[in-house]
Parts: sequence; structure tokens; C-alpha cells
Amino acid sequence: MPTETFLVFQRQMRILLRNPVWVFFGLTQPIIYLVLFGPLLKGVSGGGLGGNASWKIFVPGLLLQLAVFGAGFAGFGIIQELREGVIDRQRVTPARRASLILGRTLGNVVTIGVQGAVLILVALPFGLRASVEGIVSSVVIVCVLALGVSAASYAMGLILKDEDAFAPFIQGVSLPLLLLSGVLLPMSLAPGWLRHLSQVNPLTHVVDATRALFRGDFGNGDVLWGIGVTIALAALLAAWGTRTFQRQSA
Amino acid sequence: MINARGLARSFKTKSGPVDAVRGIDLDVSEGEIVGLLGPNGAGKTTTLRMLTTLLMPSAGTATVAGHDLVREPREVRRRIGYVAQVGAAPSAGTIVGEELITQARLQGLSKSDANARLAVVAPRLDLGGLESRALQELSGGQRRRFDIALGLMHSPRLVFLDEPTAGLDPQSRANLWEHIRSLRDETGVTIVLTTHYLDEADALADRIMVMDGGLIVADDTPEALKARIAGDVITLGLEREVDATSAGRIAREAIDVRDVVVEGGRLIVTVDAGAIAVAPLLRALDAEGLAVSSVTVTRPSLDDVFLTLTGRSLREGSDELVPSA
Repeated sequence: MPTETFLVFQRQMRILLRNPVWVFFGLTQPIIYLVLFGPLLKGVSGGGLGGNASWKIFVPGLLLQLAVFGAGFAGFGIIQELREGVIDRQRVTPARRASLILGRTLGNVVTIGVQGAVLILVALPFGLRASVEGIVSSVVIVCVLALGVSAASYAMGLILKDEDAFAPFIQGVSLPLLLLSGVLLPMSLAPGWLRHLSQVNPLTHVVDATRALFRGDFGNGDVLWGIGVTIALAALLAAWGTRTFQRQSA
Repeated sequence: MINARGLARSFKTKSGPVDAVRGIDLDVSEGEIVGLLGPNGAGKTTTLRMLTTLLMPSAGTATVAGHDLVREPREVRRRIGYVAQVGAAPSAGTIVGEELITQARLQGLSKSDANARLAVVAPRLDLGGLESRALQELSGGQRRRFDIALGLMHSPRLVFLDEPTAGLDPQSRANLWEHIRSLRDETGVTIVLTTHYLDEADALADRIMVMDGGLIVADDTPEALKARIAGDVITLGLEREVDATSAGRIAREAIDVRDVVVEGGRLIVTVDAGAIAVAPLLRALDAEGLAVSSVTVTRPSLDDVFLTLTGRSLREGSDELVPSA
């Protein structure tokens, strides 16, 4: 099973590295936010914002956005693979179904890890000063989340089988979830009803944890809670993705 | 190689369940080339996808390459090759040799075994020297041979080909037929292929199973199918139109006929084997003093066979997704 997973991962990375355009493409949106929206927050007060401290609030949000959109659209690729016959070709081998999907999600995780690192490097000259351990562990958390999200995205791709249905679906699910988690502005600024609603959103806890980590506040309750939510959510989505991959034989 | 009993599959659709395959029995012995012939929607691909473990049967049992299809799918997968219908254009960044190696390794071959196998399979399908070529640069015929190579990397004893030559130009088709035939002749591999081309089934298959509406409506050699269903047709032109009726009577007495039709000055006789019947028929007519001006003998095509079996002509393009009941 490790060999099979690695073979699928290797194939994904090979194709990606020969055509790295979309790795940069995936980075454009968070960098646009960083450059064109981030500076506005320096002048905002409340919720821990204001001055260079704003970057410690804003960059963790962008990391989450990178992971959710980046991994969320992973399923696009599997629709093409389905049409090409790659999926059937791999499904007719004795390789375990879980490794066929896991190898693909690992490709996404590595991509998002690299993109996250680039995003942080770009944020440094803007004035991001944060705990190094906090940044590293935040990237790891976001990568774990990306594993689950991309597995679920592959499953959705197999179910919908059509880019025209897939793109609006992912956009429709991820945008409200991201906004509701307070990626752009902390939810402490939100009116009561919105803040309560955001507590139901698992992504809120992920972003709260990474913000605490960026501050270097490792003992904060948000951290443990956020890590727990991330692992549970990723495991749940990955299990669902694998199950769907197994069943979508039609 | 394959023994299937009562294999069936239905799909849920918006307009209710559709029985794509309605309980078929199917036996294939080692070393055979068997053609599943039928129009689109007949259930050929569904049958193939069930036999290759890609689709769970709704009912029925099957043993494929010595293992139970439902209980031991991984064992079946180890022993079969599957070449799907031609897919969409390949992704940028995919290379012939790498894809073949990856496929072999997913089938469980070691790195060195996979490389050794590539050195055997690529030349055998005229892909030698193309290993470092991008998939996107292959011609239609090369792409199809690459697809077949993918299915052969782990040396399966049973290979399924879904519409192997669909969309190819006549020359590439003939070339691929050669490859498929030599594959069986030289390696003894068992081949099951689907096609909606009659000439393809005729040219390649030792045995043809005609599918229609999710059922196998005939199962025999191409020769036997043609002989059993249509027979050969001898058409005789008579110099004097008035002789035609008596010529019909003479034909019935002289040879074993299936059918005699008199039409104007022409006599149309259907027999089992035209080449054998034509000489005694001509002698008998000559002995009675009837002058014959022209003779043609035509063998029935599989088109005729399909028409006789199903009451419908087998044409490309008359494609409903799901056959009407």
C-alpha cells in the first residue's frame, strides 16, 4: 500500500512539475488579498487589528483560504482523469482504493505546503512578525486540513463528473464557509448572531488555532481545540472520500 | 477463462430503473477471441465493466480467470488486462514510457520487472522508440496501441478490449487487427472484445456473441452465424423470362434449398453453401434446356445476420443510450 500510494503521488507530482503554471495560479488569489486588502487592516482598530499586528490576524486567514480553495478544486483534475480513462485504468489494478485517492491528496498537500511557505515569505516584507514555531505548526495544520478537503473534493468530482457543475458547487460551499470562519476579519468584530453561527463552522476553530499559534500563544485553549477539529474533520472527509471512490464504480 | 451465470445489472435513472444487462450466461475458453457485438446501448460495455470488476453485478455469478468476480476482485484484477474505450485527450506532462511503468508497478511488478516488461511490450505494439514521447503527441493509432500496451504490462492471460478500433481510420484499424490477432497467436492470451463494427467481429473473433437489449441473442462462430441465419443467395438470370417458374421447380428438385423466389426473369435461391450448390443447379437447368444468362453467389454479411436476429439494422449512429424493451 505505501508503494501504491507513492506511485500515484509520484505520477501526480511529475505531471504537476512539468506544468507548474497552476501552482502559481493558486497563489495569485491569496497574494492579491495580501497586497491589496491586507494594508487596509493596519488602519483598523479592534479585534487585535491595527498596525503590523494585523498581519498575525490576516495571514493565518489567507493560509486557510489557500488550503480550502486549493484543495477544494482538486476534484477538477479527477474529472479530467475520469475522461482520459486514468481512473478506470488504475481501478482495474489490484492497488488498494485508499492508496489511489491518498496518493492524489498527498500531491495536493505538498503543493499547498509549498504555496503556504511562499505566501509567508511574501508577507514578511509587508511586516509580518510572528512566532516561527507558530508559523510552522500552522502550515502543518492547514496541510492536514487540505488532505481531508482534497479527498472530499475528489469524491465530489467523481459524483458530479462535470466541471460545469463542480466549479459552482465548490465555490458555493467554500466561500460562505470561509467568510463565516472569519478569514478576512476576526469574528470578534461580528454581531452576536453571526458570531454564534460561526461557532458551528469547523473552519472557525482552525483559523482561531492558527491565529493563536502565530501569536506564539501555544497554551491557548483555541490551539488544542483547533487541532482536534482539524484532525477530526480531515479524517471524516478522507474516510468519506475513500468510500465514495470505492463505490463510484459506475 | 470466464464462466458467468445470470449476470445482470440495472441502473437507477430519473425515469426509473433501467436493466442494462438482463441476466446473461457467458463462457469463454482459454485462447479464444470472443467478440461481443451489438449496437450502442446493447449492454456490451456494461457486461465488460462487470467482468473487469469495475461494476458490481446486480445479480448473477461469474468466475473470471479462476476467481470469483464478487468475492475476490483483487485476484481477478491481478490476472486480467482491461483496455477501456478511447478516452479524452491525455493531460500535458504524461510520457508514454512512464505511464506504462506506473501501470505495471500498480499491477505489482517491481521496478526492474516493469522496465524489462516495457522492453518487451513497447516493440510488440510498434511503440519501440516512443517511450519518451508525450502522450499528447501520439497519433490516434499509436494512442490506441499505447492503451493496449497498458493492459498488457503485467502479462495477463485474459484481456478485455472495449471498442478497440472505434474512431480510427481504416488503415490504423487493419493494423490494430493484425496486432490483436498476433497477440493471441503468439502468446495464447484470451481476448474478449466489444465492437459495433460487423467487419471487426468477422475479421477478429473466433466466436461472436450478439447482444441486443441487454441479452445475448446469438452465440456462435461468424461462419455458423452467417450460415444458420441467412444462408447464401444464388441469383440466376434466365434468357427467357417464361422459364423462370419452371427453373424454380427444377431448383427445388435438384438441390437442397431453403427458399426459392421467382422475380421477373430472375431466380433467387437461398441455400446453405452457395459455392457447392451452384454447379449442380446449373447442370440441372442445362439438362432441362433452360438457358442461363448470369449467375451471382453472395454470402450474407453480419449485417444481414443482425437484421434477422433483431429485426433491426446495425448502424452506427442509431444510438439510443438505453434500448427500448
